[in-house]
Amino acid sequence: MSETSQQHRARAEWPLWEVFVRSRRGLSHTHVGSVHAPDAALALRNARDLYTRRSEGVSLWVVPADRITASSPDEKDPFFEPAADKAYRHPTFYEVPEGVRNL
Amino acid sequence: MSGTYETPGGTHETPGDPHGGRDRPGHRAALALGDDALVLAQRLGEWAGHAPELEEDVALANIALDLLGQARTLLSLVGDEDKLAYLREEREFRNVQLVEQPNGDFAQTIIRQLYFSVYQELLYGQLAGCRPEDATPVAALAAKAVKETAYHRDHAEQWTLRLGDGTEESHRRAQHAVDALWRYTGELFQPVEGLDVDWDNLRATWTTSVRSVLEQATLRVPEGPQSAVWAAGGGRQGVHTEPFGRLLAEMQHLHRSHPEASW
Amino acid sequence: MTTVLPERGPGGDVGGGVGADEAALQAAFDAAISADERIEPRDWMPDGYRATLIRQIAQHAHSEIIGMQPEANWITRAPSLRRKAILMAKVQDEAGHGLYLYSAAETLGVSRDELLDKLHSGRQKYSSIFNYPTLTWADVGAIGWLVDGAAITNQVPLCRCSYGPYARAMVRVCKEESFHQRQGYELLLALSRGTPAQHAMAQDAVDRWWWPSLMMFGPPDAESAHSAQSMAWKIKRHGNDELRQRFVDICVPQAEALGLTLPDPDLRWNEERGSYDFGEIDWSEFQQVLKGNGPCNEQRISQRRRAHEEGAWVREAAAAYARKRAAAPSNEDGRR
Repeated sequence: MSETSQQHRARAEWPLWEVFVRSRRGLSHTHVGSVHAPDAALALRNARDLYTRRSEGVSLWVVPADRITASSPDEKDPFFEPAADKAYRHPTFYEVPEGVRNL
Repeated sequence: MSGTYETPGGTHETPGDPHGGRDRPGHRAALALGDDALVLAQRLGEWAGHAPELEEDVALANIALDLLGQARTLLSLVGDEDKLAYLREEREFRNVQLVEQPNGDFAQTIIRQLYFSVYQELLYGQLAGCRPEDATPVAALAAKAVKETAYHRDHAEQWTLRLGDGTEESHRRAQHAVDALWRYTGELFQPVEGLDVDWDNLRATWTTSVRSVLEQATLRVPEGPQSAVWAAGGGRQGVHTEPFGRLLAEMQHLHRSHPEASW
Repeated sequence: MTTVLPERGPGGDVGGGVGADEAALQAAFDAAISADERIEPRDWMPDGYRATLIRQIAQHAHSEIIGMQPEANWITRAPSLRRKAILMAKVQDEAGHGLYLYSAAETLGVSRDELLDKLHSGRQKYSSIFNYPTLTWADVGAIGWLVDGAAITNQVPLCRCSYGPYARAMVRVCKEESFHQRQGYELLLALSRGTPAQHAMAQDAVDRWWWPSLMMFGPPDAESAHSAQSMAWKIKRHGNDELRQRFVDICVPQAEALGLTLPDPDLRWNEERGSYDFGEIDWSEFQQVLKGNGPCNEQRISQRRRAHEEGAWVREAAAAYARKRAAAPSNEDGRR
C-alpha cells in the first residue's frame, strides 16, 4: 500500500469515543466500552444503538478517548496510598455499643 | 381518486382476508401503512453485513426492526400478518413506490429514508394528535411509533448532511439520489382512505422540512415533477415498479414453497 | 501524571523496562494472575500476554462479523415475519458483539482499522465454522442451536478471563447470546414437528453442522499450540477436549427432545465416565478449511472486503464533514 493511500485512509478513520451509560435514574454513568464515530452527534447515536439496544440506559455520555486524562499505573502509590491509612473515613472504623441500631 | 384502481383480487376472498374485511377504510389504511413499513424493512434488511461501517450495520438494523414491528402490528389489524405478507400478489400490496426502490449505494438508501421518515413522522404525528374519542387502532400505533420515526428521521438527516457536505464524491452521489428518488415523493401525499389527515398540510410541511435539510446539506432541491407521468396509478393502487416483483419473489418464495406449513 | 488514555494503549512507557524493574513488574503481574485479579489496560503485562490477547480477541471479533453473513443470507427469505424479526435482531447482535470485542482489543493498543486490515488480508483468522454455507432455512436453526451453543460453551469461561476488558465484553456477549441459542432450538423444533419436508430439512441441517461445530473447540489439547500458555495466563480456563465433551453431553439429550439424530454412529453413553463417547473428528477437514479450502472461505472474505471498500467513500465523507465542522467557529452540534 502506498504512503498516500495510507494517509488517505488514516484521515478517514473515525476517532474513538468512550461511552458511559446511566443504567437507571439514581445511578452514576458507568463506562461500558467505546465506539467509533466521525463526530459527537453520530458518536451519541452509535452508542445508543450499540449499548442500549435492550433498553439498558436512560442517559448516555460520549467522550473523545484522546481527551481523557488518567492516572497511570506506576503512579498508583502516590495517588491512592494516602487514602489507605485513613481508616477513619470508613464507618467500620467506629465501635458501636451492642444493641445500638440505626446508626 | 382512491378506489379507482381496485386490485384484480380486491373483492374476492383472499388468503389474508378471510372475512372480506379489507375493504373497510380502517383496514385500507392499516394495509397501506403496514405495507410501507414492511417493504422498507425488507429493503433495509438487505444491508445486513454490507454497511459502510459496523456501527452503521447496527443502526440500519435498528430502523429495520422498528419498521418490521410497525408492519406486524398494522397487518395484524387487517388479518393474519404472515398470510398478508407472504400470500398476497404484487397488485394487492398498497405501499408507496418509494419504499420498494432498491438500496443502491448508501446515499440512495439514506435519501430514501429521509423522504420516507419525514413523511412518516408527520403522518404519524397527525394521526396521534387526533381526539381520544376518535382514536382508531392505526392512530394508537402511530402514537407509539412516532418516537421511533423521529429517530429514523434524525438518522437520515444526520447522514444527509454528512454526505451532502462531505466530499465531492459523496456530494455527487447524494445529489444523484436526491434527484432520482424525487419522482416517487408525490405519491406520499395521495390521500389514504380511512386516515384523518390534512394532506395539503402534510405536503407543505414535508416540503419545508426536506428542503431545509437538503439546503443545509448543500444539495440542490429538484425542480422536476414529483411523480412519473403514467395513468396506471401508483403503489397505493397496487401498481408498483419493476424491482418490486423481485423483492416479493425473494421474500415470499420459501413460505410459498411449503403451503400449510408453520414456522 | 500523564495524559494518555486510561483504557487505551500499551502501558509500555511504564518504568522504561530493563533488568530489575522488568523482573519486579513480571513478579507483580504473576502475583495478580495467581491471585485471580484482573489485568487492566494500563497495567504492565508481558509482550506474549498482550500478543496472545490481541490475536484471540481479534479472531473472536472477526468471527462475529464474518458470522453475520451465513445468517444474513436468510433475512430476506425468512418464512414468517416473527422469524424475520428474530433473525434481524440476532444478526444485529453479532455486529454489536463484534464491536464490543474490537473495543476490548483496542484497549491493548491496536486500532480497529489495523485489525480489519489483517482480517481482509488473511493475516488474522476467524472461526472456520463460518466457511460453511447456509443452504436451507433450517441452517439458521442449526447455527443457533449448535454453533451458538458451542460458542457459548467456549465463551462462558471467558467471562472470568484474566484480562478485564475482554472479560467484561464477554459478560455482555454471553448475556445477549443466550437468546440466540434458544431461537435456533425453537426454530428446529418447529421444523422437526412440522411437515415431512420441514423435518427432513431440519435433519439435513443437523447432519451438516454437527461435526463442524465439534471442531469449533479446536484441535485436541495435545496438539494445540497455544492452549497451555493461555491456561497459565488464565486467558483460557478449560482445555479444548474438556469443553468439547461438555458440549456433546449437553447436545445429546437436546437432540432427542428435538426428535432429530446426531450423525455419529459411535455416539453412546459411557457409564464409567459419566459422559458420551463420540466418534473420531476428521481433523484433516478442519485443517483444510483453516487453510482456506472450505466451501465459503473466498466468498466470506470477499464480501467483507467489498463492504469495507464500498463503504470507504461514506467514511471519508463523514470524516470530511467533521473536519469542516470543527474548523467552523460556530457549529450546530455545539449548541444542541
